[in-house]
Amino acid sequence: MRRVVVTGLGLVTPLGADVETAWKNIIAAKSGAGTITRFDATDFQSNYACEVKPADHQYGFDASKRVDHKIQRQVDPFIVYGIDAAGQAIEDAGLTDMSEEERLRAGCSIGSGIGGLPGIESESLVLAEKGPKRVSPHFVHGRLINLISGQVSIKYGLMGPNHAVVTACSTGAHSIGDAARMIVDGDADVMLAGGAEAAICPIGIAGFGQARALSTAFRDEPWRASRPYDKDRDGFVMGEGAGVVVLEEYEHAKKRGATIYAEVVGYGLSGDAYHVTAPHPEGSGAFRSMQMAMRKSGLSLADIDYINAHGTSTPLGDELELGAVRRLFGDAIGGLSMSSTKSAIGHLLGGAGAVESIFCILALRDQIVPPTLNLDNPSESCEGVDLVPHKAKERKVKAVLNNSFGFGGTNASLVMKAV
Amino acid sequence: MSTADRVKSIVVDHLGVEADEVKPEASFIDDLGADSLDIVELVMAFEEEFGVEIPDDAAEKIQTVGDAIAYIDQHQGA
Repeated sequence: MRRVVVTGLGLVTPLGADVETAWKNIIAAKSGAGTITRFDATDFQSNYACEVKPADHQYGFDASKRVDHKIQRQVDPFIVYGIDAAGQAIEDAGLTDMSEEERLRAGCSIGSGIGGLPGIESESLVLAEKGPKRVSPHFVHGRLINLISGQVSIKYGLMGPNHAVVTACSTGAHSIGDAARMIVDGDADVMLAGGAEAAICPIGIAGFGQARALSTAFRDEPWRASRPYDKDRDGFVMGEGAGVVVLEEYEHAKKRGATIYAEVVGYGLSGDAYHVTAPHPEGSGAFRSMQMAMRKSGLSLADIDYINAHGTSTPLGDELELGAVRRLFGDAIGGLSMSSTKSAIGHLLGGAGAVESIFCILALRDQIVPPTLNLDNPSESCEGVDLVPHKAKERKVKAVLNNSFGFGGTNASLVMKAV
Repeated sequence: MSTADRVKSIVVDHLGVEADEVKPEASFIDDLGADSLDIVELVMAFEEEFGVEIPDDAAEKIQTVGDAIAYIDQHQGA
Protein backbone atom coordinates (compact mmCIF):
# COMPACT_ATOMS: atom_id res chain seq x y z
CA MET A 1 0.00 0.00 0.00
CA ARG A 2 1.16 3.51 -0.83
CA ARG A 3 1.98 5.54 2.28
CA VAL A 4 1.26 9.26 2.62
CA VAL A 5 3.54 11.70 4.43
CA VAL A 6 3.47 15.42 5.13
CA THR A 7 6.41 17.32 3.65
CA GLY A 8 5.31 20.97 3.70
CA LEU A 9 3.30 23.28 5.94
CA GLY A 10 1.64 26.68 5.48
CA LEU A 11 -0.39 28.78 7.91
CA VAL A 12 -2.24 32.07 7.96
CA THR A 13 -3.76 32.57 11.40
CA PRO A 14 -4.84 35.30 13.81
CA LEU A 15 -1.59 34.64 15.73
CA GLY A 16 0.79 34.71 12.82
CA ALA A 17 0.90 34.40 9.05
CA ASP A 18 3.66 31.83 8.87
CA VAL A 19 4.12 28.47 10.57
CA GLU A 20 6.85 29.37 13.04
CA THR A 21 5.29 32.66 14.22
CA ALA A 22 1.84 31.14 14.69
CA TRP A 23 3.24 28.11 16.53
CA LYS A 24 5.47 30.22 18.77
CA ASN A 25 2.49 32.33 19.78
CA ILE A 26 0.27 29.28 20.32
CA ILE A 27 2.89 27.71 22.58
CA ALA A 28 3.32 31.03 24.41
CA ALA A 29 -0.43 30.88 25.21
CA LYS A 30 -1.26 34.09 23.40
CA SER A 31 -4.80 34.89 22.27
CA GLY A 32 -5.68 36.21 18.84
CA ALA A 33 -9.05 37.55 19.95
CA GLY A 34 -10.07 41.19 19.99
CA THR A 35 -12.85 43.61 19.18
CA ILE A 36 -13.81 43.32 15.51
CA THR A 37 -12.01 45.95 13.40
CA ARG A 38 -13.34 45.08 9.91
CA PHE A 39 -16.67 46.78 10.55
CA ASP A 40 -18.50 48.41 13.42
CA ALA A 41 -19.96 45.43 15.27
CA THR A 42 -21.19 47.39 18.27
CA ASP A 43 -24.82 46.48 17.68
CA PHE A 44 -24.16 42.85 16.76
CA GLN A 45 -24.81 39.80 18.92
CA SER A 46 -21.05 39.49 19.34
CA ASN A 47 -18.52 42.26 18.68
CA TYR A 48 -15.34 40.19 18.96
CA ALA A 49 -13.48 37.68 16.83
CA CYS A 50 -9.99 36.39 16.07
CA GLU A 51 -9.02 38.40 13.00
CA VAL A 52 -5.93 37.86 10.89
CA LYS A 53 -3.88 40.96 11.66
CA PRO A 54 -2.91 43.60 9.06
CA ALA A 55 0.55 43.63 7.48
CA ASP A 56 1.95 46.32 9.81
CA HIS A 57 1.12 44.25 12.93
CA GLN A 58 4.02 42.34 14.53
CA TYR A 59 2.45 39.05 13.43
CA GLY A 60 0.28 40.37 10.64
CA PHE A 61 -0.42 39.03 7.15
CA ASP A 62 1.12 40.67 4.08
CA ALA A 63 -1.04 39.56 1.14
CA SER A 64 1.37 40.99 -1.42
CA LYS A 65 4.06 38.45 -0.49
CA ARG A 66 2.49 35.69 -2.60
CA VAL A 67 -0.67 37.07 -4.21
CA ASP A 68 -0.68 39.48 -7.17
CA HIS A 69 -2.29 42.84 -6.59
CA LYS A 70 -4.80 42.15 -9.36
CA ILE A 71 -5.91 38.86 -7.82
CA GLN A 72 -6.16 40.43 -4.37
CA ARG A 73 -8.65 42.94 -5.80
CA GLN A 74 -10.73 40.31 -7.56
CA VAL A 75 -11.16 37.57 -4.98
CA ASP A 76 -12.43 37.19 -1.44
CA PRO A 77 -9.95 37.08 1.45
CA PHE A 78 -10.42 33.33 2.02
CA ILE A 79 -8.86 32.73 -1.41
CA VAL A 80 -5.98 35.11 -0.67
CA TYR A 81 -5.29 33.31 2.63
CA GLY A 82 -5.50 29.96 0.86
CA ILE A 83 -3.11 30.92 -1.94
CA ASP A 84 -0.60 32.22 0.58
CA ALA A 85 -0.79 29.17 2.85
CA ALA A 86 -0.47 26.88 -0.18
CA GLY A 87 2.54 28.90 -1.35
CA GLN A 88 4.20 28.56 2.04
CA ALA A 89 3.60 24.81 2.02
CA ILE A 90 4.94 24.16 -1.47
CA GLU A 91 7.98 26.36 -0.77
CA ASP A 92 8.56 24.53 2.51
CA ALA A 93 8.39 21.20 0.68
CA GLY A 94 10.84 22.45 -1.96
CA LEU A 95 8.42 21.63 -4.78
CA THR A 96 8.08 24.97 -6.54
CA ASP A 97 10.14 23.79 -9.53
CA MET A 98 8.55 20.47 -10.44
CA SER A 99 8.94 19.11 -13.97
CA GLU A 100 5.88 18.86 -16.20
CA GLU A 101 5.79 15.12 -15.58
CA GLU A 102 5.76 15.69 -11.82
CA ARG A 103 3.15 18.42 -12.09
CA LEU A 104 0.83 16.05 -13.97
CA ARG A 105 0.83 13.99 -10.78
CA ALA A 106 0.44 16.89 -8.34
CA GLY A 107 -2.95 18.29 -7.35
CA CYS A 108 -4.95 20.42 -4.94
CA SER A 109 -7.64 19.70 -2.38
CA ILE A 110 -8.20 23.01 -0.58
CA GLY A 111 -11.72 23.76 0.58
CA SER A 112 -13.70 26.21 2.63
CA GLY A 113 -16.79 26.03 4.78
CA ILE A 114 -18.64 29.07 3.46
CA GLY A 115 -16.49 30.63 0.77
CA GLY A 116 -16.65 34.27 -0.21
CA LEU A 117 -19.23 35.55 2.21
CA PRO A 118 -17.89 39.14 2.53
CA GLY A 119 -17.89 39.52 -1.24
CA ILE A 120 -21.35 37.99 -1.63
CA GLU A 121 -22.57 40.47 0.95
CA SER A 122 -20.91 43.54 -0.54
CA GLU A 123 -21.75 42.77 -4.18
CA SER A 124 -25.38 42.13 -3.19
CA LEU A 125 -25.41 45.68 -1.86
CA VAL A 126 -23.90 46.94 -5.12
CA LEU A 127 -26.63 45.08 -7.02
CA ALA A 128 -29.36 46.57 -4.84
CA GLU A 129 -27.97 50.11 -4.97
CA LYS A 130 -26.54 50.39 -8.48
CA GLY A 131 -28.07 47.57 -10.51
CA PRO A 132 -26.74 44.50 -12.34
CA LYS A 133 -24.33 46.38 -14.62
CA ARG A 134 -22.20 47.38 -11.66
CA VAL A 135 -21.66 43.86 -10.27
CA SER A 136 -18.02 42.83 -10.66
CA PRO A 137 -17.29 40.51 -13.61
CA HIS A 138 -15.03 38.68 -11.16
CA PHE A 139 -17.86 38.19 -8.67
CA VAL A 140 -18.50 34.49 -9.27
CA HIS A 141 -14.99 33.11 -9.59
CA GLY A 142 -13.80 35.41 -6.82
CA ARG A 143 -16.17 33.80 -4.32
CA LEU A 144 -16.43 30.12 -5.30
CA ILE A 145 -15.05 27.68 -2.76
CA ASN A 146 -13.01 25.63 -5.24
CA LEU A 147 -11.16 28.73 -6.44
CA ILE A 148 -8.32 28.31 -3.96
CA SER A 149 -7.55 24.99 -5.61
CA GLY A 150 -8.16 26.65 -8.98
CA GLN A 151 -5.85 29.62 -8.36
CA VAL A 152 -3.13 27.51 -6.76
CA SER A 153 -3.16 24.99 -9.60
CA ILE A 154 -2.76 27.79 -12.15
CA LYS A 155 -0.01 29.51 -10.16
CA TYR A 156 2.10 26.37 -9.75
CA GLY A 157 0.98 24.43 -12.84
CA LEU A 158 -0.49 21.53 -10.85
CA MET A 159 -2.37 19.34 -13.31
CA GLY A 160 -3.39 16.45 -11.04
CA PRO A 161 -6.70 16.16 -9.15
CA ASN A 162 -8.34 19.51 -8.50
CA HIS A 163 -10.77 19.12 -5.64
CA ALA A 164 -12.46 21.23 -2.98
CA VAL A 165 -14.30 19.93 0.05
CA VAL A 166 -17.29 21.79 1.51
CA THR A 167 -18.24 20.21 4.82
CA ALA A 168 -18.60 23.24 7.09
CA CYS A 169 -16.21 23.01 10.03
CA SER A 170 -14.95 19.56 9.00
CA THR A 171 -13.69 20.86 5.64
CA GLY A 172 -9.99 21.12 6.53
CA ALA A 173 -9.81 17.59 7.93
CA HIS A 174 -11.84 16.06 5.10
CA SER A 175 -9.63 17.89 2.57
CA ILE A 176 -6.51 16.28 3.99
CA GLY A 177 -8.16 12.89 4.35
CA ASP A 178 -9.56 12.88 0.82
CA ALA A 179 -6.27 14.07 -0.66
CA ALA A 180 -4.36 11.39 1.23
CA ARG A 181 -6.71 8.82 -0.21
CA MET A 182 -6.07 10.14 -3.74
CA ILE A 183 -2.37 9.52 -3.18
CA VAL A 184 -3.04 6.02 -1.79
CA ASP A 185 -5.22 5.29 -4.84
CA GLY A 186 -2.45 6.41 -7.17
CA ASP A 187 -4.30 9.43 -8.57
CA ALA A 188 -1.42 11.70 -7.55
CA ASP A 189 1.99 11.64 -5.88
CA VAL A 190 1.75 15.14 -4.38
CA MET A 191 -1.32 16.96 -3.09
CA LEU A 192 -1.69 20.42 -1.58
CA ALA A 193 -4.45 19.91 0.97
CA GLY A 194 -6.20 22.11 3.49
CA GLY A 195 -8.85 24.71 4.09
CA ALA A 196 -9.41 28.42 4.47
CA GLU A 197 -12.07 30.75 5.80
CA ALA A 198 -12.70 34.48 6.04
CA ALA A 199 -16.27 35.12 7.11
CA ILE A 200 -15.80 37.90 9.65
CA CYS A 201 -18.22 40.29 7.98
CA PRO A 202 -21.60 41.69 9.06
CA ILE A 203 -23.73 38.92 7.56
CA GLY A 204 -21.35 36.24 8.91
CA ILE A 205 -21.39 37.51 12.48
CA ALA A 206 -25.13 38.20 12.33
CA GLY A 207 -25.86 34.75 10.87
CA PHE A 208 -23.82 32.76 13.36
CA GLY A 209 -25.11 35.03 16.11
CA GLN A 210 -28.71 34.28 15.18
CA ALA A 211 -27.89 30.56 15.10
CA ARG A 212 -26.90 31.06 18.76
CA ALA A 213 -23.46 29.65 18.01
CA LEU A 214 -21.26 32.61 19.02
CA SER A 215 -19.88 33.61 22.39
CA THR A 216 -21.52 36.87 23.46
CA ALA A 217 -20.69 37.38 27.13
CA PHE A 218 -17.12 38.68 26.93
CA ARG A 219 -17.40 42.08 25.21
CA ASP A 220 -14.97 43.71 27.62
CA GLU A 221 -12.45 40.87 27.63
CA PRO A 222 -12.57 39.11 24.25
CA TRP A 223 -9.39 37.13 24.96
CA ARG A 224 -11.32 35.28 27.71
CA ALA A 225 -14.23 34.34 25.44
CA SER A 226 -12.95 31.15 23.80
CA ARG A 227 -12.78 28.79 26.78
CA PRO A 228 -13.37 25.18 25.75
CA TYR A 229 -14.35 22.81 28.61
CA ASP A 230 -14.66 25.73 31.05
CA LYS A 231 -17.93 26.10 32.97
CA ASP A 232 -18.38 29.69 31.71
CA ARG A 233 -18.08 28.89 28.00
CA ASP A 234 -20.95 30.31 25.98
CA GLY A 235 -20.23 29.73 22.30
CA PHE A 236 -17.41 29.91 19.78
CA VAL A 237 -15.33 32.90 18.77
CA MET A 238 -15.08 33.31 15.02
CA GLY A 239 -11.58 33.02 13.60
CA GLU A 240 -10.20 33.23 10.07
CA GLY A 241 -7.18 32.13 8.10
CA ALA A 242 -5.91 29.10 6.26
CA GLY A 243 -3.88 25.95 6.69
CA VAL A 244 -2.39 23.93 3.84
CA VAL A 245 -0.08 20.91 3.92
CA VAL A 246 1.87 19.18 1.20
CA LEU A 247 0.98 15.49 1.21
CA GLU A 248 3.35 13.23 -0.65
CA GLU A 249 3.69 9.57 -1.41
CA TYR A 250 6.34 8.22 0.95
CA GLU A 251 8.76 6.75 -1.63
CA HIS A 252 8.47 9.93 -3.72
CA ALA A 253 9.40 12.02 -0.68
CA LYS A 254 12.21 9.71 0.36
CA LYS A 255 13.72 9.60 -3.11
CA ARG A 256 14.11 13.35 -3.28
CA GLY A 257 15.35 13.60 0.31
CA ALA A 258 12.40 15.68 1.53
CA THR A 259 11.93 16.62 5.17
CA ILE A 260 9.13 14.37 6.43
CA TYR A 261 7.07 15.88 9.22
CA ALA A 262 4.59 13.06 9.79
CA GLU A 263 2.69 10.20 8.21
CA VAL A 264 -1.07 10.31 7.72
CA VAL A 265 -2.12 6.85 8.91
CA GLY A 266 -5.83 7.06 9.67
CA TYR A 267 -8.86 8.88 8.31
CA GLY A 268 -12.36 8.48 9.66
CA LEU A 269 -15.65 10.01 8.51
CA SER A 270 -19.22 9.80 9.72
CA GLY A 271 -22.58 11.50 9.76
CA ASP A 272 -24.64 12.25 12.86
CA ALA A 273 -27.97 11.90 11.01
CA TYR A 274 -29.50 13.88 13.83
CA HIS A 275 -29.76 17.70 13.56
CA VAL A 276 -28.44 20.49 11.33
CA THR A 277 -26.59 22.40 14.06
CA ALA A 278 -26.79 20.41 17.32
CA PRO A 279 -24.40 17.50 17.82
CA HIS A 280 -25.81 14.03 18.43
CA PRO A 281 -26.71 13.81 22.15
CA GLU A 282 -24.54 10.73 22.63
CA GLY A 283 -21.71 11.98 20.43
CA SER A 284 -22.19 8.90 18.27
CA GLY A 285 -20.94 10.54 15.07
CA ALA A 286 -17.81 11.80 16.79
CA PHE A 287 -17.23 8.38 18.31
CA ARG A 288 -17.58 6.52 15.00
CA SER A 289 -15.38 9.00 13.15
CA MET A 290 -12.54 8.58 15.66
CA GLN A 291 -13.08 4.83 15.80
CA MET A 292 -12.76 4.49 12.02
CA ALA A 293 -9.60 6.64 11.92
CA MET A 294 -8.05 4.58 14.73
CA ARG A 295 -8.97 1.26 13.14
CA LYS A 296 -7.41 2.26 9.83
CA SER A 297 -4.27 3.60 11.51
CA GLY A 298 -3.33 0.18 12.85
CA LEU A 299 -2.30 1.91 16.08
CA SER A 300 -3.58 0.94 19.49
CA LEU A 301 -5.52 3.49 21.54
CA ALA A 302 -2.66 3.75 24.00
CA ASP A 303 -0.39 4.93 21.16
CA ILE A 304 -2.21 8.27 20.87
CA ASP A 305 -0.34 10.92 22.85
CA TYR A 306 -2.23 14.04 21.83
CA ILE A 307 -5.70 14.90 20.60
CA ASN A 308 -6.35 18.30 19.08
CA ALA A 309 -10.03 18.48 19.91
CA HIS A 310 -12.77 20.05 17.88
CA GLY A 311 -13.54 21.81 21.20
CA THR A 312 -15.24 24.97 19.97
CA SER A 313 -16.23 26.31 23.41
CA THR A 314 -19.94 25.69 22.92
CA PRO A 315 -21.88 24.41 25.94
CA LEU A 316 -23.07 21.18 24.25
CA GLY A 317 -20.32 20.27 21.79
CA ASP A 318 -17.30 20.19 24.10
CA GLU A 319 -18.77 17.71 26.58
CA LEU A 320 -20.18 15.43 23.91
CA GLU A 321 -16.80 15.21 22.19
CA LEU A 322 -15.07 14.57 25.49
CA GLY A 323 -17.65 11.88 26.30
CA ALA A 324 -17.01 10.20 22.95
CA VAL A 325 -13.23 10.32 23.52
CA ARG A 326 -13.72 8.82 26.97
CA ARG A 327 -15.86 5.98 25.64
CA LEU A 328 -13.49 5.17 22.78
CA PHE A 329 -10.23 5.44 24.69
CA GLY A 330 -11.34 3.96 28.01
CA ASP A 331 -8.39 3.66 30.37
CA ALA A 332 -6.02 4.90 27.66
CA ILE A 333 -7.40 8.40 28.19
CA GLY A 334 -5.16 8.73 31.25
CA GLY A 335 -2.06 8.62 29.08
CA LEU A 336 -2.94 11.29 26.56
CA SER A 337 -3.20 15.06 26.46
CA MET A 338 -6.09 16.76 24.72
CA SER A 339 -6.40 20.48 24.05
CA SER A 340 -8.31 22.92 21.93
CA THR A 341 -6.25 25.53 20.11
CA LYS A 342 -9.53 27.26 19.26
CA SER A 343 -9.05 28.81 22.69
CA ALA A 344 -6.24 30.87 21.13
CA ILE A 345 -7.17 31.47 17.49
CA GLY A 346 -10.93 30.98 17.59
CA HIS A 347 -12.84 28.76 15.23
CA LEU A 348 -11.50 28.89 11.67
CA LEU A 349 -14.55 26.97 10.40
CA GLY A 350 -13.48 25.41 7.08
CA GLY A 351 -9.84 26.18 7.88
CA ALA A 352 -9.92 24.68 11.37
CA GLY A 353 -9.19 21.02 10.59
CA ALA A 354 -6.18 21.89 8.45
CA VAL A 355 -4.71 24.49 10.80
CA GLU A 356 -5.18 22.19 13.77
CA SER A 357 -3.64 19.25 11.90
CA ILE A 358 -0.58 21.43 11.42
CA PHE A 359 -0.47 22.14 15.15
CA CYS A 360 -0.64 18.37 15.71
CA ILE A 361 2.29 17.89 13.32
CA LEU A 362 4.29 20.59 15.11
CA ALA A 363 3.52 18.89 18.43
CA LEU A 364 5.06 15.73 16.92
CA ARG A 365 8.08 17.70 15.72
CA ASP A 366 8.74 19.63 18.91
CA GLN A 367 7.50 17.17 21.57
CA ILE A 368 5.28 19.79 23.13
CA VAL A 369 1.48 20.08 23.20
CA PRO A 370 -0.33 23.41 22.94
CA PRO A 371 -2.52 24.66 25.78
CA THR A 372 -6.25 25.18 26.23
CA LEU A 373 -6.53 28.81 27.27
CA ASN A 374 -9.02 30.13 29.83
CA LEU A 375 -9.72 26.74 31.34
CA ASP A 376 -10.19 28.20 34.82
CA ASN A 377 -13.04 25.99 36.06
CA PRO A 378 -13.30 22.78 34.07
CA SER A 379 -16.72 21.15 33.79
CA GLU A 380 -17.16 18.11 36.06
CA SER A 381 -17.00 15.82 33.02
CA CYS A 382 -13.36 16.80 32.46
CA GLU A 383 -12.17 14.88 35.55
CA GLY A 384 -9.17 12.69 34.87
CA VAL A 385 -8.39 14.13 31.42
CA ASP A 386 -5.29 16.24 30.79
CA LEU A 387 -6.76 19.20 28.90
CA VAL A 388 -3.44 21.11 29.07
CA PRO A 389 -4.90 24.15 30.84
CA HIS A 390 -3.25 27.56 30.41
CA LYS A 391 0.29 26.42 29.53
CA ALA A 392 1.90 24.32 26.83
CA LYS A 393 3.33 21.05 28.07
CA GLU A 394 6.48 19.24 27.03
CA ARG A 395 5.85 15.55 26.68
CA LYS A 396 6.39 12.56 24.44
CA VAL A 397 4.32 12.93 21.26
CA LYS A 398 4.57 10.06 18.75
CA ALA A 399 1.00 9.83 17.45
CA VAL A 400 -1.81 12.36 17.30
CA LEU A 401 -5.53 12.52 16.55
CA ASN A 402 -7.34 15.54 15.17
CA ASN A 403 -11.12 15.92 15.28
CA SER A 404 -13.38 18.22 13.25
CA PHE A 405 -17.16 18.27 13.34
CA GLY A 406 -19.46 20.46 11.26
CA PHE A 407 -22.98 21.74 10.78
CA GLY A 408 -25.07 19.17 9.02
CA GLY A 409 -23.69 16.52 11.36
CA THR A 410 -20.51 15.85 9.40
CA ASN A 411 -17.48 14.46 11.23
CA ALA A 412 -13.86 13.82 10.29
CA SER A 413 -10.88 12.49 12.24
CA LEU A 414 -7.26 12.18 11.22
CA VAL A 415 -4.52 10.12 12.85
CA MET A 416 -0.91 11.03 12.15
CA LYS A 417 2.33 9.71 13.51
CA ALA A 418 6.04 10.36 13.48
CA VAL A 419 7.94 8.52 10.76
CA MET B 1 -6.50 65.85 -12.81
CA SER B 2 -6.70 65.31 -16.57
CA THR B 3 -8.69 62.47 -18.09
CA ALA B 4 -5.42 60.74 -18.93
CA ASP B 5 -4.20 60.86 -15.32
CA ARG B 6 -7.49 59.59 -13.94
CA VAL B 7 -7.58 56.74 -16.48
CA LYS B 8 -3.99 55.89 -15.60
CA SER B 9 -4.71 55.70 -11.90
CA ILE B 10 -7.72 53.38 -12.46
CA VAL B 11 -5.64 51.11 -14.70
CA VAL B 12 -2.79 50.98 -12.18
CA ASP B 13 -5.18 50.10 -9.38
CA HIS B 14 -7.14 47.46 -11.30
CA LEU B 15 -4.35 45.71 -13.14
CA GLY B 16 -1.58 46.11 -10.60
CA VAL B 17 0.84 47.50 -13.21
CA GLU B 18 3.44 50.26 -12.84
CA ALA B 19 2.26 53.77 -13.71
CA ASP B 20 4.97 54.27 -16.36
CA GLU B 21 3.72 51.20 -18.26
CA VAL B 22 0.35 52.87 -18.75
CA LYS B 23 1.22 54.77 -21.96
CA PRO B 24 -1.45 55.87 -24.47
CA GLU B 25 -0.33 53.25 -26.97
CA ALA B 26 -0.33 50.41 -24.39
CA SER B 27 -2.78 47.62 -25.20
CA PHE B 28 -4.74 46.43 -22.18
CA ILE B 29 -4.44 42.79 -23.21
CA ASP B 30 -1.05 42.60 -24.95
CA ASP B 31 0.93 45.07 -22.83
CA LEU B 32 -0.85 45.33 -19.49
CA GLY B 33 -1.80 41.68 -18.88
CA ALA B 34 -5.58 42.19 -18.81
CA ASP B 35 -8.05 39.50 -19.81
CA SER B 36 -11.52 40.08 -21.25
CA LEU B 37 -13.13 40.22 -17.80
CA ASP B 38 -10.57 42.74 -16.58
CA ILE B 39 -11.65 44.95 -19.48
CA VAL B 40 -15.31 44.62 -18.46
CA GLU B 41 -14.27 45.73 -15.00
CA LEU B 42 -12.15 48.62 -16.30
CA VAL B 43 -15.01 49.84 -18.46
CA MET B 44 -17.28 49.76 -15.40
CA ALA B 45 -14.74 51.76 -13.45
CA PHE B 46 -14.45 54.34 -16.27
CA GLU B 47 -18.24 54.66 -16.39
CA GLU B 48 -18.38 55.28 -12.64
CA GLU B 49 -15.46 57.69 -12.58
CA PHE B 50 -16.46 59.82 -15.56
CA GLY B 51 -20.26 59.46 -15.51
CA VAL B 52 -20.30 58.20 -19.09
CA GLU B 53 -22.03 55.19 -20.52
CA ILE B 54 -19.88 52.86 -22.59
CA PRO B 55 -22.08 50.41 -24.52
CA ASP B 56 -20.72 46.91 -25.24
CA ASP B 57 -20.03 47.59 -28.93
CA ALA B 58 -18.03 50.70 -28.03
CA ALA B 59 -16.25 48.85 -25.22
CA GLU B 60 -15.07 46.21 -27.69
CA LYS B 61 -13.24 48.90 -29.66
CA ILE B 62 -11.37 50.18 -26.61
CA GLN B 63 -8.11 48.27 -26.88
CA THR B 64 -5.50 50.72 -25.72
CA VAL B 65 -5.21 53.28 -22.93
CA GLY B 66 -5.39 55.98 -25.61
CA ASP B 67 -8.67 54.54 -26.98
CA ALA B 68 -10.20 54.81 -23.52
CA ILE B 69 -9.04 58.40 -23.02
CA ALA B 70 -10.32 59.43 -26.45
CA TYR B 71 -13.72 57.79 -25.93
CA ILE B 72 -14.17 59.41 -22.53
CA ASP B 73 -13.09 62.86 -23.77
CA GLN B 74 -15.51 62.59 -26.68
CA HIS B 75 -18.50 61.47 -24.66
CA GLN B 76 -18.06 63.13 -21.30
CA GLY B 77 -20.77 65.69 -20.66
CA ALA B 78 -22.35 64.78 -23.98
